Amino acid sequence: MELFPAFGSRSLRGAPTMPQSGLSKKIAMFNVETIRKDFPILQRQVNGKPLVYFDNAATSQTPQRVIDAIVDYYSNYNANIHRGVHSLSQEATDKYEEARLKIQKHFNAKKSHEIIMTSGTTHGINLVASGFTSLLKKGDEVIVSALEHHSNIVPWQMLCERSGAVLKVIPMNDEGELVMSAYDDLLSEKTKLVFVNHISNALGTINPIESIIKKAHAVGAAVLVDGAQACPHIKADVQALDVDFYVVSAHKMCGPTGVGMLYGKEEWLSKLPPYQGGGEMIAEVSFEKTTYAGLPHKFEAGTPNICGGIAFGAAIDYMNNIGFKKIDAYEHELLEYATKRLLEIEGLKIYGTSKHKTSVVSFNLNGIHPYDVGTLLDKMGVAVRTGHHCAQPIMDYFKIPGTIRASFAFYNTKAEIDVLVEGVKKAKMMLS
Amino acid sequence: MTIKAIQEDLIDEFSMFEDWEERYQYMIDLGKTLPLIDEQYKTQENIIKGCQSKVWVHAEMDGDKVVFTADSDAIITKGIIAILIRVFSNQSPQAIIDADTDFIDAIGLKEHLSPTRANGLVSMIKQLKMYAIAYQTQLN
Repeated sequence: MELFPAFGSRSLRGAPTMPQSGLSKKIAMFNVETIRKDFPILQRQVNGKPLVYFDNAATSQTPQRVIDAIVDYYSNYNANIHRGVHSLSQEATDKYEEARLKIQKHFNAKKSHEIIMTSGTTHGINLVASGFTSLLKKGDEVIVSALEHHSNIVPWQMLCERSGAVLKVIPMNDEGELVMSAYDDLLSEKTKLVFVNHISNALGTINPIESIIKKAHAVGAAVLVDGAQACPHIKADVQALDVDFYVVSAHKMCGPTGVGMLYGKEEWLSKLPPYQGGGEMIAEVSFEKTTYAGLPHKFEAGTPNICGGIAFGAAIDYMNNIGFKKIDAYEHELLEYATKRLLEIEGLKIYGTSKHKTSVVSFNLNGIHPYDVGTLLDKMGVAVRTGHHCAQPIMDYFKIPGTIRASFAFYNTKAEIDVLVEGVKKAKMMLS
Repeated sequence: MTIKAIQEDLIDEFSMFEDWEERYQYMIDLGKTLPLIDEQYKTQENIIKGCQSKVWVHAEMDGDKVVFTADSDAIITKGIIAILIRVFSNQSPQAIIDADTDFIDAIGLKEHLSPTRANGLVSMIKQLKMYAIAYQTQLN
């Protein structure tokens, strides 16, 4: 039985037919208090105050189920995988490959060997960027968006330096959205690769990747989408999107750090050369010639993060048990509430005002440095991110040194947002 | 006044505060009183790296003493700099080189001492000492 019947769609946003009391009741049915009990860290205090964790876009917290999976691995079947004849190795291999299947199913990849286990989003991006070096020639073009994280800019700059390709940038507007008409103008038969994040880490904007992918394919370019910020909110369907590459980090979606996924269409992954040499990625080795292993092992040199991969699978199970539609709907409620409450504060400006955004509020107080506000909020037990969020081009656009970024997860509450709002008010008073 | 005596004064002053709010309010007020750096010294070379906020420090010799001026675009950072300047400015290079920084723990600002902390208090102290070392080398 659906616990959260009317929450599957975004139709509730400002829907006039839904009375406020009905809405609150449905949120209560989501039962955030029960969910919070799954996260041991949420019980702790910081600087003598209950922790209010609003830095979820940097890393999400870990539920007991995932922690248990980690402990279980090291307590019961820690062994190297894919090569041992002994039982422990077989058990570990089975669990690790089971995790790959969970990831495949979650992102709806056609084949399990299209899922490459990585150390995280950055690793996945670099793997693709490195592989494209040999596929690009002088004068080819690579398009990135102005909304990118530094980890999404630098590998492409390096790729262009190596290959002689030219880097083009899709600009953004005042709302923090990509200017799609400019994207149309940038696309040509010279375009070989388009790289864009699904959701901006600094502003929370959801980019129209469906349209970006379609248009890129129309000129024969491949598309890599960074799903690091999207994976905790949106269940991406890589086949429906028809995306060529999609990368995520487990730690953004309740999993451990140091592990992630690169999805690549089989045809592309077969075309790309191996990224790193080492064990696991070879079929046969002699000093004259080495034959590479097939997918996915060709890209998985060395002993992988076995425990991390298994725990990643557990995190996916955990989130799917709650349900992404419910998570999305609840987080959107938090976003609307936070936006409304924060805007009550005079002199507060929100950056990133697209209608299509996830539960991220990036803001500043007039004339006050974000670092000062973040420091004082920390003293009040509120964890936010301050600074340029590794997205300096966005900060340059708004001509600001940085922002205060509060990012919400499904285990956060409106009461916590109230603590944030009171904290910002207090910080403003102290700093003015 | 010796560096040690100034540090003891600071510890006395900070011991009067009952909670973090009073402590930070005091730092914020100190930040507002910071003798500002001359605009001409707000250069790229004078920026201390490792800070989330921008920090500029300028040093010059006045007789046998090193005089520091500084600025930041964040007020709490300015407060921290103001404290450092009070301790280290108008001292001989050797005294600055020899000074320890245990007082930071004693005034409840230890959290800012971590080298990974974005405000770069550690980088600031290092920079002040580097200036002192440079001047000491000249004196020798």
